[in-house]
Amino acid sequence: MAYFAQQAVNAISLGFLYALIGLGYTMVYGVLTMINFAHGDLFMLGAFVCLLLVTFSPVALPFPVLLILVMVIIGGLGVLIERLAYRPLRQAPRVSAVITALGCGLVISNTTLSISPYSRAMPEVFDDRYFNVLGVGVSTLQVLIIGVSLALMIGLDALIHKSRFGMALRAVAYDAGTVPLMGISVNRIISLTFLIGTGLGGAAGMLYGMSFPVISASMGILVGWKAFIAAVIGGIGNIRGAVLGGFILGTVEIFSVATLPSTYRDLISYSLLLVILIFKPYGILGRAPNIKV
Amino acid sequence: MSALLEVEDVTMRFGGLCAISHCRMTIPAGITHGIIGPNGAGKTTLFNLITGIYRPTEGRIRFQGRDISGQRPSRIALGGIGRTFQNIRLFKNLTALENVRIAYDTQLHYGPMESLLRIGRHRRSEDESIARSMALLEHFGLAGLASLHASELSYGAQRRLEIARALALKPSLLLLDEPAAGMNTAETAILTEFLRDIRSHFQVTMILIEHHMHLVMNLCDQITVLDFGRVIAEGSPAEIRANPRVIEAYLGESAE
Amino acid sequence: MENTRRFCVRVAECRWILPLLFAAGLAFCVIAESGGLLNSYTRFALTTMAVNVILCASLNLVNGYLGEFSVGHAGFMALGAYASAMLTTRLFPQMPALFIPALLAGGLVAAGIGFLLALLSFKTRGDYLAIITLAFLMIVKSALENIPWVGGPRGIAGIPTLTTLPVAFVAAAATLWTIRNLIFSKFGRAVVAIREDEIAANAMGVRTREAKILAFSVSSFFGGVAGALLAHQITFINPGSFDIIKSTEILVMVYLGGIGSLAGSVLGAVIFTLLSEALREFGTWRMVILPLILVLLMLFRPRGIMGLKELPWFLPRRELATRRKKS
Repeated sequence: MAYFAQQAVNAISLGFLYALIGLGYTMVYGVLTMINFAHGDLFMLGAFVCLLLVTFSPVALPFPVLLILVMVIIGGLGVLIERLAYRPLRQAPRVSAVITALGCGLVISNTTLSISPYSRAMPEVFDDRYFNVLGVGVSTLQVLIIGVSLALMIGLDALIHKSRFGMALRAVAYDAGTVPLMGISVNRIISLTFLIGTGLGGAAGMLYGMSFPVISASMGILVGWKAFIAAVIGGIGNIRGAVLGGFILGTVEIFSVATLPSTYRDLISYSLLLVILIFKPYGILGRAPNIKV
Repeated sequence: MSALLEVEDVTMRFGGLCAISHCRMTIPAGITHGIIGPNGAGKTTLFNLITGIYRPTEGRIRFQGRDISGQRPSRIALGGIGRTFQNIRLFKNLTALENVRIAYDTQLHYGPMESLLRIGRHRRSEDESIARSMALLEHFGLAGLASLHASELSYGAQRRLEIARALALKPSLLLLDEPAAGMNTAETAILTEFLRDIRSHFQVTMILIEHHMHLVMNLCDQITVLDFGRVIAEGSPAEIRANPRVIEAYLGESAE
Repeated sequence: MENTRRFCVRVAECRWILPLLFAAGLAFCVIAESGGLLNSYTRFALTTMAVNVILCASLNLVNGYLGEFSVGHAGFMALGAYASAMLTTRLFPQMPALFIPALLAGGLVAAGIGFLLALLSFKTRGDYLAIITLAFLMIVKSALENIPWVGGPRGIAGIPTLTTLPVAFVAAAATLWTIRNLIFSKFGRAVVAIREDEIAANAMGVRTREAKILAFSVSSFFGGVAGALLAHQITFINPGSFDIIKSTEILVMVYLGGIGSLAGSVLGAVIFTLLSEALREFGTWRMVILPLILVLLMLFRPRGIMGLKELPWFLPRRELATRRKKS
């Protein structure tokens, strides 16, 4: 029973991480109906930026400052990629943008790989401690991951449903053609979406790097793409779907590793994705796009 | 006169929106039937139901006595219902000839192995398909444009090509969705004659959605008026012209 | 100027140039292989080029002609490579004569799985189909890693070197011939019609489900054959050889040469192979430069060098006649 509870805590913390990465995919998809295949690699870069900051900063940066810096840097990079590579293709066939995103992702991951061919250890950002809650071991880091993720998600939800920006964002997602007629700059909304979406991905990269203190250039493909699966399982384009998908994937992974050889983990998660997409082609909470004839 | 198409109490709902409600229509073979009604009355939805793009929420559609509701669109097309689209849907990057050939292909009978090895029925069928498709383009005055991409054709030529493509299916029922959209009075008059010619030459029953009253009144044998997804009137052009409900719902508003 | 143009058109429409090129190419390959005309490095590179032509033309069937976006081609390669390598190393070793059946078996295994994948995902298209092919690729890779019988993560070593230059050349020519014959038939036209407008294609009686399944099966068949050829060229395979990077390489070739064009596929594969060999000394930076080329390509020439145009050499005679513009 204690073992089960322990695994449940691990599953929740992993699920939150997947959800945090998945949110970036989902936000961009919701607004542009485009899969940002580079998102996973920006997530990976989040961990590396944190490593760089900790290593080269003359003063020891406290955790909140570090987190904000990483989010701003990665978010800015996301905006830059959108500006340079995706925006010129907005009128082009959809496939062109997807290929471009895939290409951008590979450029990022392979540049990182070329500069840092081996995995690196993530330094400790703060003093991590384990404490015992009803016989279950919970680390400060896990609490922090859950707390930060929860705060970011609640903030995002409020932003989308309560603020003017959120209203504009939902309007662009609904009908990007009409929105400029209302005096709203679509480009600005899309830039902000990338800033927030990839910023969350960067934060997730940092938290992931801290909890599995080894980071590598292949993290984007190995972890980022799985978070993407989570978003798709939940129904891509749907923010609650990303969170739901993250938890499903986190749970499946933790318990498959607990019961089967760990090499089966990817096999199981990708098979789960395939099965869900075959039976629910648009995810659990997603809806089929309207076709106009 | 036997009924070619029967729409039996068909209802179509999209979520809470009821696009078509308890629609009934009987189209006898050989006639030209007009569907008119204000924008958003459900006319195109009705076409999409007949051609299988949507499955009716309630009711049934019979074609030549067989129930076709819920069948795949390709099966319905092969069964003998050809159509055009309100916003022209040609295969833009293919030549005019290829556009027609794709529809004509459905009548060719050869297997994948035959075309892989270029033997048997493949050669004969392909030659025949080109000759027949060219003849069809000729009839539509498009033979000289056969090797142009569909996107390179003028608007009028694209409209004609779309009708030619639908006729390459050898349909017994042809659905035309606003064939005169974007045309002026003179062009519409030419189109009317053109459709008259198609009707006699290809012996095809036609249903057309149209806003140009002149064309509808001139060409159609019977007319159905839709408003908010309901059939509000049905009859000959003379009857429709005199129907107060129609004038109220449609003609009165558009002040034609 | 006008004369040069007319000369080019005449050469392009000449019916016997392609067969002549084939005969000359085959003769060259046989002499190079047996007579030691080229050093082994050049022979190896040319063989890679031929295999790449197969990969590019077969992926073009799905990504170019059908207009979907598959990132799973490396998965089909893996299936073909493993199936054929199991046959030549375990089932009938030391029997080079059975290489052709082994190649076909590799292709058939891949085609079978491709058929199944298309059958299961017929409802899905666009981005979601891309995700399905991605999941498929990951599943194949991690499944192979978990099957000890095929070597697990270490893969299969000691595969006999059976992919010689003439074999690869003939296989590439056969692939092009088959795909060309398929494209210029009612089956190919149905596939292209789906790319242009699926709803209109349906309304014109095109059986879209069957056409998609056909395109996927044929594409994965040749993906499998190419994988089998690769396995017997490099003599050592492991699941890592067939990852997303491999898929991306094929995507670069397809979009470089031109979607929906066989001439483009040949061009794309040739240019890519030369480029890739030239960049070899850059190590992992090679995989930074290649995706960068892909991105720039998408930004400035999204339909590749040939676009949707086809070189008249690849057109059947009767198609050529219909395409000649009246002057």
